[in-house]
Amino acid sequence: MSKTIYFLKLALIRLGVLPFLLLIAVAIFTVLSDNFLTGRNLVNVARQSTYLTLVSMGQMFALLTGGFDLSVGTILALTSVVGATSMAMAYAAMPDSVMLSIFIGILAGGAAGTMIGVVNGIGISLLNVSPFMMSLGMASVGFGLALYLTGGTPVYGMPIEYGDIFGFGTIYGLPVPIAITLVLIVILYFILNWTRLGRYFYAVGGNIKAARLSGINTKLTLFSAYVLCGLMAAFAGLLMTARLDTGEANIGATMPLESIAACVIAGVSLRGGIGRLENVVFGALFIGLVQNGMNLARIESYLQIVVIGVLLILAVVADQLRLRLVATMRN
Amino acid sequence: MNESPLLELKGITREYSGYKALDNVDFTLHSGEVHVLFGENGAGKSTLISIIAGAVKANSGQIRFKGQTLKLSSVHHARKLGISAVFQEFSLIPELTVEENIFLGVEETRYGCLNRTAMHDRATRVLARLGFQLRPDASTAFLSRAEQQMVEIAKAFRDDLSILILDEPTASLTERETKDLFSLVNHVKSQHVGIIYITHRMNEIRQIGDRITILRDGKFIDTVKANTPDNELVRMMTGKAIDQIFPAIRFKPEKEVLKIRNLSTTDKSVIDASINVRRGEIVGIAGLVGSGKSEIARSCFGLIPKIAAEITFNGEEISQLSPKEILDRGMFYIPADRREEGLMMMRSARENIALPALTTPSFSSGIVLKRMAEQIQVKKLSAIFNLQPSNTELDAGLFSGGNQQKIMLAKCQSRQVDLFIFDEPTVGVDVGTRTAIYKFIRDLCEQSGAAVLLISSDLPEILHLTHRVYVMCGGSITAELESDEIVEKNILKHFFRDGSFMLTNYEHTLN
Repeated sequence: MSKTIYFLKLALIRLGVLPFLLLIAVAIFTVLSDNFLTGRNLVNVARQSTYLTLVSMGQMFALLTGGFDLSVGTILALTSVVGATSMAMAYAAMPDSVMLSIFIGILAGGAAGTMIGVVNGIGISLLNVSPFMMSLGMASVGFGLALYLTGGTPVYGMPIEYGDIFGFGTIYGLPVPIAITLVLIVILYFILNWTRLGRYFYAVGGNIKAARLSGINTKLTLFSAYVLCGLMAAFAGLLMTARLDTGEANIGATMPLESIAACVIAGVSLRGGIGRLENVVFGALFIGLVQNGMNLARIESYLQIVVIGVLLILAVVADQLRLRLVATMRN
Repeated sequence: MNESPLLELKGITREYSGYKALDNVDFTLHSGEVHVLFGENGAGKSTLISIIAGAVKANSGQIRFKGQTLKLSSVHHARKLGISAVFQEFSLIPELTVEENIFLGVEETRYGCLNRTAMHDRATRVLARLGFQLRPDASTAFLSRAEQQMVEIAKAFRDDLSILILDEPTASLTERETKDLFSLVNHVKSQHVGIIYITHRMNEIRQIGDRITILRDGKFIDTVKANTPDNELVRMMTGKAIDQIFPAIRFKPEKEVLKIRNLSTTDKSVIDASINVRRGEIVGIAGLVGSGKSEIARSCFGLIPKIAAEITFNGEEISQLSPKEILDRGMFYIPADRREEGLMMMRSARENIALPALTTPSFSSGIVLKRMAEQIQVKKLSAIFNLQPSNTELDAGLFSGGNQQKIMLAKCQSRQVDLFIFDEPTVGVDVGTRTAIYKFIRDLCEQSGAAVLLISSDLPEILHLTHRVYVMCGGSITAELESDEIVEKNILKHFFRDGSFMLTNYEHTLN
């Protein structure tokens, strides 16, 4: 018995809290609903989680450098609105060039969303504004712009093909959003672990002064983190727009909390310098899994928001317990 | 002293998972004596004072306090008995005033409200009794390091004090502040308080110590009188003789690498300084805290903004360049504070060592890292420095102070460097590592023919290692000494602006 506990402790130290949370969640929801542990439902979970996965990976870059980005939700909204509006306008102007208008829409939306990241990056790296104030301010700017551009109403008029391909399409049986997310996971994994820039994110978050003395352009590194974060949120916004078939100004409101939650549950340090991409993907999947499970178990949607908040806090508490375990094991 | 001791420790052992931090250590403290604890880093000094201060419990052994067996349950308990420790890391809250800090945790109340007048009066009395020129309502944030230490000490004196523990109290004090501290210690002594004093500095032992207990590897070596000769003490502490610590260095000065002309910083920490460094020599910069000796290197490396300067490095003007650009040209600055500026504590030793060199072809091609090559290179470097433990995947924060310093040195060896600037390279490092660091610096100079700029507050280091010395005071260079001129007296003379007057004072405190 004591040996089992010992191995559990060791596993907790090595793997963190996430695998345990995943197991517990799967066990609970399998009991609560027969439909939960089916192949179709799990693909469903993966597809629904793609948006959060993308945003969380972006958020991770900001967290790694020791900051965070509260404007990710707005980036989704602004991307959606600008992308949908320009796509609809292009489509109306040239009804025959469907692909061209889709391309224009994606470019415009992506650029608009990424711009928020660029402004965040400039404020935080060059002007030394704290990430909290900068991204909070930009969240308001972005949301206001999105509402102003649409007057608060959804944007229609995109070509049907956009939704058909990027929202509901499949490649070799794999839903397109999942495929795109997988590609982006691979690219980001490569950047983080196999390029200098990736290493610099960890270095700047680990000790920005030491990084500077080691000849690293810390400002450029910080800037890149927020641009990448904006870019990822913009991808999520474009994919979500395809799924909804409309441009919406009021999507993404829960993204800042949920993306930070996914990262923290995955063991990304809020002080910067620590975190692994693969864990963040699982962190986002975990949140998607819990939401899906609660839907199947017919838990009221307002209560679900409560559960997500509680989970976030529990994860942090569990991680603190883990750190204490690490300390006692060392003695 | 034939009365029964104030504090008596017998056979104290403290184990951390099989490793004995303290192994059967004896220690006695009389009232009215300054008892110095002496030993290398990791010898067990900190564990011993933590046990006395109630922060750590011993696994076995006996503590007798004023003749009675004592079981301390917490720091709070120890404080109640009059045992107080002033650690290197202060426990002050900058936002609070002096008196609020003094009474933190034991605030006096009346009807559930803070009794500010009573606390103010008591704080004033405590400060007056200690002879501290501090206003009780001053804000802690604006106090100097020495003044903050006064507040810490005043905190210890809040209640009746029998044992005062001082953990390297002079580490960051100027000479003047140190002098004040010593007169305070003497004052406290006269009030029959027993003082346990940890220091690495020989001259402090001479000045205020009565007895010395030497620890090595957690074991009790001996308790001796304070007038025991230096080399005897060093031998007991390290098991080595003193001349084995500093290597002999052959200097072959060649062409000039660095030339600084009329450097002044915007914050006035350096005023109109000019120095030059050649290949194959070790140039020292000596001076007291605040003399600008560290700032001259930092501004040269692009870390402190400068007003006007002509800085040429290998014939190229570099005064407008960023640290990155300067590093790329072959100058490497190794900072004094490992935790603050040196290392990423939560990242592995490997990532720390490789960090400055990631742009070089042996560590990356284009933007892609060569992770295999990195691993091999880092293994090689850590073997050169005999890093312990040798696992370079461990977080830097898990290594001991000396080994963290080795990681710092391995860092600067990861790429081609022409000029090494060491800023206090042996702060908080044990003698074993110290010897290794000195050998490393010698090899840099002798074998690689590199230029070395050594900034140090440790006079023996300057005396034994350097070929040329600049002495600084108040931001200006007050002297340049070469080979035979480099003796203690010459350097000390230039530590102060009004040389003669202050020197006599300094020597007075020395004896």
